[in-house]
Amino acid sequence: MQAFEYLRPETVEAAVAALNESGARALAGGTDLVPQMREGRRSASRIVDLKHIGELTAITVRPDGSVAIGAAATATAVSRHAAIAATYPAVASSVRLIGGVQVQNRASLGGNICNAAPSADAVPALLAQDARAVIASPQGRRESSLAELLHGPGRTSLSPGELLVSIVLPPHTPRSAAAYLRFTPRREMDIAIAGVAAWIALDARGAIAAARIVLASVAPTAIRAPTAEAKLIGEQPTSALLTEAGRLAAQDARPISDTRGSADYRRTLVSVLTARALADGCAQIQAGAP
Amino acid sequence: MKTVLTCTVNGIEHTVLADTRDTLLDLLRDRIGLTGTKEGCGNGNCGTCTVLMDGATVNACLILAFEAPGRDIITIEGLSDGGRMHPIQEALVAHGGTQCGFCTPGIVLSAKALLDTNPQPTEADIRHAIAGNLCRCTGYGKIVEAIAAAATTARES
Repeated sequence: MQAFEYLRPETVEAAVAALNESGARALAGGTDLVPQMREGRRSASRIVDLKHIGELTAITVRPDGSVAIGAAATATAVSRHAAIAATYPAVASSVRLIGGVQVQNRASLGGNICNAAPSADAVPALLAQDARAVIASPQGRRESSLAELLHGPGRTSLSPGELLVSIVLPPHTPRSAAAYLRFTPRREMDIAIAGVAAWIALDARGAIAAARIVLASVAPTAIRAPTAEAKLIGEQPTSALLTEAGRLAAQDARPISDTRGSADYRRTLVSVLTARALADGCAQIQAGAP
Repeated sequence: MKTVLTCTVNGIEHTVLADTRDTLLDLLRDRIGLTGTKEGCGNGNCGTCTVLMDGATVNACLILAFEAPGRDIITIEGLSDGGRMHPIQEALVAHGGTQCGFCTPGIVLSAKALLDTNPQPTEADIRHAIAGNLCRCTGYGKIVEAIAAAATTARES
């Protein structure tokens, strides 16, 4: 590991100023960055620790019902937050899949997004909930969809000098629910071979009014499954329909074969997990989800 | 490059000369001399370097020494009371929940963090709490039994 300067700013503006230099890297939980630096896969001449900035660690329920999660908030803080657990249970449960307890106590939501692994466990549920990203730079702030931030394995669309400040979950849609399911050989401490998040909203007649299906570990980034989503709209969520959506989602996937699984195996997993995640969402709504 | 860091470990304030590139694990073992915390994988997978930071389990190998000042750190050395083992340690001995012992300090601290917040854990709670602590000698059955027994003992005393 090369020597570096360590800075601990207390405001977003000070952090952005400190990061606006080549060789500067943001540090949140460090669960990816520290081993990457120790193994020489990433280098930094300046480390800017974000954990002492109130706005970056806060989780705030806004008057309109949306929830802003500071990018440096830990997985543990996100999963234990009462409003997130009650209204966005797919988000709360998905961050509990990141590593073990020790990692969850440090790993940040923003780090899981910005490390940009195609298998990042926090990302599919956030995309299914249509989350947005607030980004700061020396020029001020901008907001984008979270999907626009993801460019490829290990790559985001953030420009040098830009800092992810928070993730905003939009206000809850009545009669909607989401679920994230992944497949791993081991239940804990493993990386998804494939994962699927589904968000579904039903109308007063019980038909599907809107749906978002997000596939993970089967493309360079988490991706939507547009063909499967289109099939669902206006239909009653019968098990035959959900199975058919799974079949279409498997065609929307763009998996590779690697040591963790073949492309064919991943498509089969997508098909099964999509139908199950949709059924889970429907069951939550029928059970009286908020 | 060297730097002077002051941090609180097991209730004692230490001021040490550290390398700026040290991890918390380097700081504990090489600068302060607390070698009860072990290095296994060095990249956050195995949990042998588990310590408590402000009451929560963390992997010391994933934390920069620079991040330690201002935090309350507890290592395995901080658990025994004047040389008497902590009840979790006694339970692991009584149930044979240890073989080579390399993972044991981390397991003990993960169990302590669990029981501090959840005095009546289910088997699933215990297995989840130690999911980030790998034991390569044996299965986890006796470890899980020992932690469950320590919880029962703590409730009854």
